[in-house]
This record gives sequence, C-alpha cells and structure tokens, in this order.
Amino acid sequence: MPKLLALIDGSLYTQSVCDHSVWAAGGGDGSVRLMHVLGRRGASSAPANLSGTLEVDGRDALLDELASLDEQQARLAQRRGRVVLDEAKARLEEAGVGKVEVTLRNGDLIDTALEFESDVDLIVIGKRGEAADFAKLHLGSNLERVVRSSTKPVLVASRAFKPIKRFLIAFDGGASAMKAVDHISRNPAFSGLEGEILTVGPDTSEARSTLDRMVDMLKAGGHTVQADVVSGQADKVIANRVEQGGIDLLVMGAYGHSRIRNLIIGSTTTEMIRSCLIPIMLFR
Amino acid sequence: MSSFSLLSSRTLSRSRAEWFGNIRGDLLAGLVVALALIPEAIAFSIIAGVDPKVGLYASFSIAVITAIVGGRPGMISAATAATAVLMVTLVRDHGLQYLLATTVLVGVIQIAAGAMRLGTVMRFVSKSVMTGFVNALAILIFLAQLPELTNVPPLTYVMVAGGLAIIYLLPRVTKAVPSPLICIIVLTAISMTMDLDVRTVNDMGQLPATLPIFLLPDIPLTLETLWIILPYATAIAAVGLLESLMTASIVDELTDTTSNKNRECVGQGVANCATGFIGGMAGCAMIGQSVINVKSGGRGRLSSFCAGVFLLIFCVGLGDWVKQIPMAALVAIMIMVSIGTFSWASIRDLKVHPRSSSIVMLATVAAVVATHNLAIGVLLGVLLSGIFFAGKIAQIFRLTSTLSEDGLARTYFVRGQLFFASADEFLAAFDFKEVLETVTIDVSQAHIWDISSVSALDTVVLKFRREGAKVVIIGLNEASETIVDKLAIHDKPGALERLMAH
Repeated sequence: MPKLLALIDGSLYTQSVCDHSVWAAGGGDGSVRLMHVLGRRGASSAPANLSGTLEVDGRDALLDELASLDEQQARLAQRRGRVVLDEAKARLEEAGVGKVEVTLRNGDLIDTALEFESDVDLIVIGKRGEAADFAKLHLGSNLERVVRSSTKPVLVASRAFKPIKRFLIAFDGGASAMKAVDHISRNPAFSGLEGEILTVGPDTSEARSTLDRMVDMLKAGGHTVQADVVSGQADKVIANRVEQGGIDLLVMGAYGHSRIRNLIIGSTTTEMIRSCLIPIMLFR
Repeated sequence: MSSFSLLSSRTLSRSRAEWFGNIRGDLLAGLVVALALIPEAIAFSIIAGVDPKVGLYASFSIAVITAIVGGRPGMISAATAATAVLMVTLVRDHGLQYLLATTVLVGVIQIAAGAMRLGTVMRFVSKSVMTGFVNALAILIFLAQLPELTNVPPLTYVMVAGGLAIIYLLPRVTKAVPSPLICIIVLTAISMTMDLDVRTVNDMGQLPATLPIFLLPDIPLTLETLWIILPYATAIAAVGLLESLMTASIVDELTDTTSNKNRECVGQGVANCATGFIGGMAGCAMIGQSVINVKSGGRGRLSSFCAGVFLLIFCVGLGDWVKQIPMAALVAIMIMVSIGTFSWASIRDLKVHPRSSSIVMLATVAAVVATHNLAIGVLLGVLLSGIFFAGKIAQIFRLTSTLSEDGLARTYFVRGQLFFASADEFLAAFDFKEVLETVTIDVSQAHIWDISSVSALDTVVLKFRREGAKVVIIGLNEASETIVDKLAIHDKPGALERLMAH
C-alpha cells in the first residue's frame, strides 16, 4: 500500500495532482498526505511610503503596521489553504482513497517537502504552480528544486488526468533508471498496464542484454513489456515514441548531470517535462 | 555530489531571491535612501573633521559592498555618526591618512571578529542596553549639530525651523516624494535666489568630483603608527559591529526574517577594508536609514546596492548643486534623524519598567554622552545588567535547619543557587555560635555554580570544625554537577528536570 505526498497549491494543476494521486495510490489501500505550503510572504507588503522621514517612535509604528499587514495576508492565505486542502481531500475520498491526511504548513516548499518525505513512497506535484500559470510551456520553479532535492520518486502531473493504460520507461542504464524499473515492478498501480522500455543509443548487444534483464525483472513483478533500442537524440526519440505509441505515462531517471552542465547544454529531463504533455515519473 | 548540488541549488535560489525578489520596491527604496544618505554622509564627514567627499565615498563603497557580502539583506550601511565621533581626535592630531589606515585596520578587526563568530556574543546585550544605545546615538547626532546652531546668524534658525516644517508636514500631504529632498531643494533654492549669507556645504570642504580611485594610505608602516591607530580602530570596530548587529536585529524584527550575524560581521569588515583603500572613512549599519529603507519598501540586497550607486551618481553628477546646499538644510535633516532614532517610548517606560532595567539604560546613555564612545556605554550596560541579573538569581537561595532531639546535632538544608553573589549570604546564614557535636550540611538540593561557592562551603566546614564539631556534607556530587563550564545536559536524560527541580 503506497504512501503518497501530494503537493497542491490551488492552481489549475491541483485537481490533476489529486487525480494522479488517486491512480498512484492504487485505490483503497494507499494513503495520501495532501500538503499545501504557505510560502514566504511577499517581500514588500506595505504600501510604499517614500517620504524618507523618521517620525517619533517611527520604528515601533512601522513594526506595528507591517505586522498587522502580514497578519491580514496570512489569515487570508490560511483560509484559502484550508479550502484548497478540504476540496482536494473530498475529491480523493470520493475517489475511494482509504486514508487522506491534510497538512498546512508555513515555510519553504522544498524544506517542508523534505521534512515530510521520509516515510512516503512517491511525491506528486503539478508541472507548474499558481505563480507560473501564465507560462504554458514553461516549468514551475519549484518543480526542479523538488526533483533535485528529494530522495523519493516524483510524479509530475500533467494539466489534466487521463486514465493511464500504457507507460514508457526511458532506460539509460543509469542507477536512477534501475531504481525506476525496480519501483515499477513492485508498484501495484502499474499492474495490468501495457508497458514499453526504451533505450536511446547505439543498438549493441550489451544494451540489449541489459534491457532483457530489466524485462525479466518487470516480468517477475507481473508486467509484460516490450523492449526496444533506438538510436538518436534522447529527447526527440522519446517524445516521438510517446506520441506515436499512445503513451500515457513516461518513467525516467532525472537530472543525471550537474546544474552547471545543464546551464550550458540544457537538461534532457527539463526538456522532456516541458515537451511531453503526459505525466512523468522521475527517479533520482 | 547530490548533497553538493542540493546545497548549491538552495544557496543559488536563496541568493536570487535576496537580490531580485523585490526589484521595484528595492529600486525605489534605494533611491529614497540615496537621497537621504547624501546629507548624512556630508554631516558625518563634518563631525569627523574631514572633507565631505571622504564620507560620500565611504557611504558609496560601504553600501555597495555590504549589499554583496553582508548577512542582512535590506540593511543600509554607510558612514555613520557612531563611528564618526570616534575619529575626531585622530583626524585632528594625525590627519586624514591615518584615518584611512585606521579604516583598513577596522575592517581587519571586524573580519577577525566574524571569523571568531563573535556575532553570537550579541545575546549578552540586553534590550535595555540596546535602548540605551539608540538613545545615546540620537543624542550624539543631535550634539554634533550644535556647532552649526551656535554663534550663527539668526537667519539660520529660521531656515532650520522652515526645513523641519517641510520635513514633518509634507508627508501629511504626500508620501510619494522624500520630504528631506524637498527640504534641501527648497532651502537651496531660497538661499541661491535671495543670495543669503549662510554657510553652505561648499564651506565644509571638497566634494567628490570623480569616481573613487584605489590608493594606499600614505603613512609610515611602523609599529609606532600601529600604536596610534590601534586604539581608534578597536573602538570603531566594536561600535561598528554593535550598531550593525543591532540594526540587523531591528530589520529582522521589522521584516520577520532572519539574518546571518557572523556573515554580517565579516561583511562590515570587508566593506571597511576596501573603503580605506579608496579614501573613505569607516562606517557601519545605520539604524535610521535601514528603517527608512524598509518603510520605503526595500527588502533585498538590491536596495542597499542601488542606494550606494545612486549616491555616487548624484554626487559626481550634481556636485555643483550639492555644493550650494545650505548647512541649515542638513541640520534640519539631522535633527529629524536624531528625533527618529531616539526611543521616546523608553522615557514613558521608565515609570513601568523594573528599576534595574532603567538604570542599565540610563547608565548606557550617560556613559556614551560622557565619553562619546558607544562601545564604552554598551560595555557598562552589559556589565550592569550582568550584575543585576546575578543579584536577582542570588535571591533564589534558602537555608533551613533542624536540631536533633538531644540538641547535639544540627542538620542544615541548603536550597537554591550558590555562586559568587550568594556566597556571602550563604556564610552568614550559619550559626557558628551554637555548640554542636555534629553538623550535617545537606547540599543535595543546591547548585554549586563556581569556585566562590566551593570555597564558601570549605570555610563553613572549617569554622564548624574549629568550634569542635564534626562536619558531614551530603549530596555534594549532585550539587556540584553545575560547576563545569558547560552543562552536559543533552547526554543525561532527565538532567534538566533535576536541575530545575530545586
């Protein structure tokens, strides 16, 4: 029975995150902790006073003013957070998830997520948060930070949930891809799905034999998957296969390279999350 | 690798938020602060007895460098009154070059202080000492204006009063423009058009005409020089760190965020070091300007950075106009800063606060006003608060006793805190005149904190033995657990409860 941590923020992706959580929780057995994190308050919350003067005991007056402004905003954010969480909880319970907990916390999203991730099997997050909703093909700033800092697999929810029938494992032979295969072979949510496992690179016997071992491993877990090796540029090949194969879920290792390298040549992971319009399960 | 990239990923995103989290607010606030910094930097240079350009260069470089390396985003550092008053005799007796060398040395001392993590020592500075500090600072700023207010033509008073009126009344009409700036513009315009015979900034010395350049202080590199500048540098470094850390906690409180105090110490040091080499005087964080910055919407590092850059642009670009500013306008602004820095609530609180707190606050103020050295005031305040605290804790002490039925043995029960401040009371509580065969002293309910209390106990034992009694001490081990410097509470379950139980 998987334990999930679902990060929601009341944006468009919230419902989708809930639905993906329902799927990943595998029905009544799983448990989901819905978490909403109230971030730092806006930097400059006071209406600008550019008078440049110091009044008598202006320090105390300013402190009072700022504190009461923060208080009002925090109350609003708190109330909104409760509503978001309650709605999400109702949605999950309606869908038959056995155990749903809600958590509303103050602080940094990443710190809070790390605090709560120790006993969960999977983190679910939307592609973009409420702050980035305008930029349709860009990714939320928190997404990469969560994926990079978490030790758990992360399921990145697409804009809307579609029933998952076929999944594709992008297998690069790395440790995180192995982790992905291992996870899937044991995850009940994947049972009964059609799967493919794909290596992008030269078609060598070595690549084939590694793939075969993975197929065996998945078979032992009760999954039948097709294996394939295709040469080409990883992100293009994978995107192609996703489109043509009617894939509903992409599974892959994430951010195998350092930030510096990604800064210069870009990251396959980021590119995949951005260009594929399906949910993606990432392993580090 | 993963922990490294995690670390760098967080540091990166934090520093991005600290710099660019509030661009619009920081730019505006930086502008307001820069305009307010110019008169202050000029005024503080005059206090120190150097050309206005020394203070202006210093304000530019300190504001920009602390923005980059400081530990408290949104705090404004520049040339300050607190450090300027300490330089007066140095400049008078030895000249500007020694001041520049001192500034470099101040930076070195502050970097060392930061490296030794002295920022944490700030916890010994109580609230009362802080209040005393700001009050004393306000008084120093006001006193520094007196030369401009005595033996001057009556017209000066009219102009200062008019300036104050503009500063305080304009915000009631509009809060969109800095009223000190309007005060300067109006008074300058009046004095120029009416050709008034008042002192202007031009009479005070040279203004910056170019961007600052790197130069080595022109001093003999001898031990003798070091002995001249070291006392000044130590005092300035201490005062600078005190005001900076105090300002950092004020900004922490206002913005409900935290800051890195040790990084701030190092940042102040780096800023002063660099400032000495471009011909600026030592400075530190400014309480008033930091409050103005937060009030104007500044929160990030960008605000302090912009304040410094704008300041330099204004001074170099508008130098001819800055020269014409009448001193009366600056005096009015400094009076405003002085009034705004003073904690008027503390006067009201004198009646309600415990007398010991009030004494600490007043003593801090008195010591500063007498010596013009804020470090001495703070030192006295910290000492006094420590003494008062020890006096309070010494009251947590009781000695009771029971006499045996045959009247030959007495058992004394010691409860409470035994340390230097309660040792005398401890000694006096025993009745050595009573003739006893056995004296039992039960210290299992007491805490022996230091050597004074150990020797007091020894004295008691010795005295009873000299009177012919046999002395037994019970529970010494439990009682003396506290004598070690650091209580190892964490590795003994229930130790804190035992400590608090009696």
